[in-house]
Amino acid sequence: MKLTINGTTHEFEAAANMPLLWALRDILDIKGPKFGCGVSACGACTVLINGEPVRSCTYNVSDVEGEVTTIEGLPINGKLHAVQQAWLKHQVPQCGYCQSGQIMAAVALLNTISNPTDTDIDDAMTNLCRCGTYPKIKAAIKDAAAMLEVNR
Amino acid sequence: MSRLGTITRRSFMGLGVAATGGLAVGYYFYTKPFPNPLTAMAAEGDAVFNPYVKIAADNTITIIAPRAEMGQGVHTTLAALVAEELDVSLDQVNVEHGLPGKAYYNEAMMVEGGPFPFFDETFMAEATRGSMKVVSKFLALQMTGGSSATIDAFVKMREAGCAARLVLVAAAAEHWGVDAGTLRTSGGVITNHVNNETLTYGEISEAAAQLEPPSKLPLRPRSEWKTLGKSQPRVEGLDKVTGGRIFGIDVQLPDMLYGTVKISPRFGVGAVSVDKNAALKVAGVLDIIDIETTTGSGFGIIAENTWAAFQGADALEVKWATPDYPANTDGMKSMLDIAMATNSDFTLGKVGNVEKEFNNTDPENFFGAVYDAPYLAHTTMEPMNATAHFKDGKLEMWIGTQGPGLAQSTCAALLGIKTEDVTVNTTRMGGGFGRRGEVDVPLYAAAMAAKTGGRPIKVTWSREEDMRHDTYRPIATAQFRASLTDDGDITGLDVDIASPSILTSLLGRTFPSIPAGGTEKIVLEGAFDQPSTIPNRRYQAHIADLPVPIGFWRSVGNSFNGFFQESFIDEVAHVSGKDPLEFRLSMMNDEEHRPAREVLKKVAKMANWGGSLPAGKGQGIAHALSFGTWVAQVVQVDVTDDVVKIEKVWCAADLGLVLDPDNVKAQMMSGIVYGLSQALGQEITFSDHEVEQYNFYDFDAMRMHQCPEIVVELLENSHRMGGAGEPGTPPSTPALANAIYASTGKRIRSMPLSHAIDFA
Repeated sequence: MKLTINGTTHEFEAAANMPLLWALRDILDIKGPKFGCGVSACGACTVLINGEPVRSCTYNVSDVEGEVTTIEGLPINGKLHAVQQAWLKHQVPQCGYCQSGQIMAAVALLNTISNPTDTDIDDAMTNLCRCGTYPKIKAAIKDAAAMLEVNR
Repeated sequence: MSRLGTITRRSFMGLGVAATGGLAVGYYFYTKPFPNPLTAMAAEGDAVFNPYVKIAADNTITIIAPRAEMGQGVHTTLAALVAEELDVSLDQVNVEHGLPGKAYYNEAMMVEGGPFPFFDETFMAEATRGSMKVVSKFLALQMTGGSSATIDAFVKMREAGCAARLVLVAAAAEHWGVDAGTLRTSGGVITNHVNNETLTYGEISEAAAQLEPPSKLPLRPRSEWKTLGKSQPRVEGLDKVTGGRIFGIDVQLPDMLYGTVKISPRFGVGAVSVDKNAALKVAGVLDIIDIETTTGSGFGIIAENTWAAFQGADALEVKWATPDYPANTDGMKSMLDIAMATNSDFTLGKVGNVEKEFNNTDPENFFGAVYDAPYLAHTTMEPMNATAHFKDGKLEMWIGTQGPGLAQSTCAALLGIKTEDVTVNTTRMGGGFGRRGEVDVPLYAAAMAAKTGGRPIKVTWSREEDMRHDTYRPIATAQFRASLTDDGDITGLDVDIASPSILTSLLGRTFPSIPAGGTEKIVLEGAFDQPSTIPNRRYQAHIADLPVPIGFWRSVGNSFNGFFQESFIDEVAHVSGKDPLEFRLSMMNDEEHRPAREVLKKVAKMANWGGSLPAGKGQGIAHALSFGTWVAQVVQVDVTDDVVKIEKVWCAADLGLVLDPDNVKAQMMSGIVYGLSQALGQEITFSDHEVEQYNFYDFDAMRMHQCPEIVVELLENSHRMGGAGEPGTPPSTPALANAIYASTGKRIRSMPLSHAIDFA
């Protein structure tokens, strides 16, 4: 099996029905995407495939066509993505476990809608957070949108 | 001498090592009776000052924050306590949890364990607190819980920083041959203004660690704090926005196997029969072992990867035995009703004479109501997991645990080895909420590690396994009855609360040899211990005998009693035609209740309480004192077409002393969301003796689109420091139920509220 992840091509053996999440975590040792539910209900495992957000815990590794981006692939030349910077600025994470998935979902949202409204955020950000960081996530997304606008 | 063995003996900067004999060097007086766990962790070249501080020659400063970092920011605040007195900034230090040790026992967690309200400073209450300190030192439990970490650390970790700084300065003074009082410290550098020379802490640390700190440690007054009292970025913040490998589930070891568990979904019983054939045929499944522990019985699936292990568990065919507890939730509720109908097990918070007052009250001047709350799961975002390596009679574990010492001792007992032959590495945690103090997770991993031929194994529970094998927030029900004056003021309050005992459940699975029983204030906490000047009161506990495993769920007994009592007070206010805020204020008149009055007045002002609202909107108010923190909240709802939207929550909290304002506000926000999540539909129910819920699709929590705007303000009127992690939760649910009543006239007395009304 061959996959391009964060710009690097990996060749590995995996059962065809293994979810992408477990191939990433257990076989390729890419630990950013987290296991939360295994049924696409929480979003902790969110990665991008060709820029689209995907819940990797239910996405068969053999079905992946295109480039996979995990949170490890977000920084460019060591510089954090605007969403990551905004997350730090707003001190969003508490336990932090869901935040890889939240950040990937937010990146995907901002790729589609550069200046999201509260409703856009509510619709796109369906990931679960048990620490209740939602208000900070919302504020950080708006801040990241502004940062990206300046850089555009 | 073992301590000295870890310190390099070579001379440094001509200072030499003064002490090589039996001198009790650099030993932190406070923890004298316990060995310093840091000694074993110190690398070559590290100078160990006390259980909390080590400094390497290259000026790498490590602070041990020996409490579970599960999202509450405790590593940042605890490190700030040391950094403040050590005179370094937080970005200069490494913060580690460290290895388990009795030196890190939690005294504060037990101090408020007696049956007294937080504000009670009578002789009995104070004497009990004193004896609880002794008990806590005797037990020496290193636990994170009860919102106690910062309270416990407040003096001892500042003293640790101070003691280290004083010997560093003393060693520098000796080096320069000057009086220590002439030297200044800042940012980990000691400056001699006479000769304009400087020494970093690292340069002098080896010599300094040999010196005895003074027995009296002059801690900085608050007015001179540089780090404490100010909001700090989290020490692990960068890891948490970059997918850092910091959680137990991220542990990766050479030659590691993977596994999962399939434990009996029927509590207290095991398998009648098992067919392993199909499971063993799953590609990647290597072995299936039997697990038999005090916390549960079942099977461990050992595999080449986690996915294979999960599939193996699904394919494992097991017939489980039938337990003797009720098969379904209705049967369990009947057990509560039976307990309620029986004489009470104990009474707390008795004031005046309720029976006499009731006998003297006109039958028309009574008001009563019955409330109930279900079992709840913790559902931490990171499912339960532990990694274990058993080789040559020694066990090493990597686990996100709130109780590393308990994991160590129970796993040693399981494997028949000595406690000191178990090493526990405590990782950061994807949520805890009370779940991660339990020993089931390490026990199962240890049992499996004993069957891998010496290879390490990471054992990850599926979400379904996690949901169905929790130590649940207990089911509870309450009967409130009040006698009223003709004006509607409460003259007597009689409260009966029925619930199973958390301590009985906990002791049974953790210390089976210790008998349980007696007064367990958990059942009544959040009710009997609230600020009240109602002249006649009585709170009676009725313990139901239900063997479903129950445990500590964020705010514990307060999580249901807060809902019960603050709903009832609101009901009486409306029955009496009084404003719910004014009604509350009129019943907390003592001087020691002032923090409650102040947070209520503050939150009312924040929410513009009593102001006019558009049709369909309503506000509800509630107050709860828990874990030493006074919290008042106003929830505002909008109800349109019979659907409730929680629009806004205002929160005023008084912790007495705030060490990190932004983090405390974040904890209040978190506690509110955690509390409100219950109301939206959370409940654990039973059929066929098993939990009916499996995953987030049938036990969900609040999502982004449901989350209100939350505003938090902090006050400091309280006489003693309170906790941060839990106190935001108890007032949230009654404030919501009271808001729904204000908007709709519908009173909901049963959780989850979603049974009676729809939420957006």
